[in-house]
Amino acid sequence: MLKIENVYKTFNPGTINEKRALNGLNLELKEGEFVTVIGGNGAGKSTMLNAVAGVWGVDSGRILIGDVDVTHLPEYKRAQYIGRVFQDPMMGTAATMQIEENLALAARRGKARTLRSGITKAEREEYREQLKILDLGLEERMTAKVGLLSGGQRQALTLLMATLRKPKLLLLDEHTAALDPKTAAKVLEATEKIVQKNQLTTMMITHNMRDAIAHGNRLIMMYDGHIVVDVSGEEKKNLTVEQLLSLFSQASGSSEVDDKLVLG
Amino acid sequence: MDFIGALLSSMPGAIAQGLIWGVMAIGVYITYRVLDVADLTVDGSLCTGGAVCVILTLNGVPMPAAILAAFAAGLLAGMVTGLLHTSCGIPAILAGILTQLALYSINLHIMGWGTDNGSKSNLPVSVDKYDLWVSSRHVRALTAENPFLILIPVLIIVIALLYWFFGTETGCALRATGANGNMARAQGINTNFAKVLGLMISNGLVALAGAFLSQYQGFSDINMGRGAIVIGLAAVIIGEVMFSKVFRNFALKLLACAIGAVMYYIVIQFVLKLGLSTDDLKLLTALVVAMFLAIPYWQGIRAQKTVKGGKGHA
Ligand SMILES: Nc1ncnc2c1ncn2[C@@H]1O[C@H](COP(=O)(O)OP(=O)(O)OP(=O)(O)O)[C@@H](O)[C@H]1O
Ligand SMILES: [Mg+2]
Repeated sequence: MLKIENVYKTFNPGTINEKRALNGLNLELKEGEFVTVIGGNGAGKSTMLNAVAGVWGVDSGRILIGDVDVTHLPEYKRAQYIGRVFQDPMMGTAATMQIEENLALAARRGKARTLRSGITKAEREEYREQLKILDLGLEERMTAKVGLLSGGQRQALTLLMATLRKPKLLLLDEHTAALDPKTAAKVLEATEKIVQKNQLTTMMITHNMRDAIAHGNRLIMMYDGHIVVDVSGEEKKNLTVEQLLSLFSQASGSSEVDDKLVLG
Repeated sequence: MDFIGALLSSMPGAIAQGLIWGVMAIGVYITYRVLDVADLTVDGSLCTGGAVCVILTLNGVPMPAAILAAFAAGLLAGMVTGLLHTSCGIPAILAGILTQLALYSINLHIMGWGTDNGSKSNLPVSVDKYDLWVSSRHVRALTAENPFLILIPVLIIVIALLYWFFGTETGCALRATGANGNMARAQGINTNFAKVLGLMISNGLVALAGAFLSQYQGFSDINMGRGAIVIGLAAVIIGEVMFSKVFRNFALKLLACAIGAVMYYIVIQFVLKLGLSTDDLKLLTALVVAMFLAIPYWQGIRAQKTVKGGKGHA
């Protein structure tokens, strides 16, 4: 479903801020795979997701979604294949627009925007049903401005928007990191439910090792712009946090483990 | 009593001008509030609209066609700014300034079309010789020539069309682009296209206002758009201050811009009648707009301070 072939990306080339963020990255995802992604700060996890989503072009290498080579497609065209939820709850929704308007925008992802009505009556009923799945009472507030919602509610809504039209690929970049533990658990639960129901091919970045082990059927660890650990199946199921930590120190060639990686 | 009488007799003119600038202010609202860019093209495109309308009228083109051509010229001006911004990566504010500067020369040439040196800074059009739709001459006339009979329907049609448009899929995409470009792209919206389209519509409306303004005052002039952005902003802000609590609907918000423009011209008449020189008008306008832009900012700072202070006292 997704193929990343030998991708390189350097930020600010030729300046003192030069940073090679992706360093010969290779990854292949099969349809329906749910991959959790871990790695230290600056390992290139977000950069990998941004490269797939097309936030900017990569320096070299190829990216394929299904059979389509998207390497040179602009972000808004790739959006037809991709659903995204970001770390920052502000980033995934339009605060000054209503809940139902946000959903209507998402329902048209990958379709031409015409002069037909931006939202129809039939849609509203559909959204009401979909919002019930989130179990946050948002179905009663469909004409409320999204800016009035809490961070957790916004993330849950963004998740729904990302999956309203079944994406070929769901990209989650620490989408529960900005939430309090209880809300985070709830959003994660909704994620699991939606991914299972639709059999979505998913990449989920997390700093929480336990979450990384508990969710999905494959786990990859990034270090210095490429993948250093890749486990799946039974091996992944039976992983422990201790094993992960030792895998990490092996891969990074240091016994000093990144602070943030240990958290959780 | 003399003061009141003079003020009252100047009201129809002030309101008519306000309605014309109301169309312009709605254009500014689309870029400034919906799209979240400050577009300085308008200082040039207002005159472009006036120049195109007058030169075509003088050359025998029927009025509806002349007005439509003025609108189209505004669309084009907005497109240039939009493309400078999106395709050439120039910051929006600078892109607008560049187009505005270029329009200065272009407007001179439009008004000088057919003359020997092909350039002219002022172009009169007499309501006696041409079939103008609006003229300040008839502003107090109780006849079918009264400009209000044109200006009010025009304003209503503009608001109705925009209300419809911003409810369509394309219109919603435009709003999303202004609200959160990141989210818009993630939802498959071509934000560059949306920005260009928004700038086009905005400048089309500004040029339309220019077309009516030139007829109303009986000439187009190279300086007629100088500071237009500030007057447009003033109208938008006055409208918001007066009605933001009561007008929630989008059509009413647009109406608030127009009322804001009318209020602006009424206040201007008031201070002129009080003895302020017309030379000082722009200074006054700039001060008033600066103040209204600063007040919400200051209020924000104060709110933050009270939150912090409140914690300390609790
Ligand atoms: N747009 C950008 N411009 C410049 N440098 C960037 C940009 N995005 C990422 N980087 C740099 O690339 C490197 C990888 O960043 P990335 O955001 O992918 O890390 P990450 O693995 O997601 O880390 P974290 O766990 O902190 O989110 C970092 O050094 C970062 O500073
Ligand atoms: Mg990151």
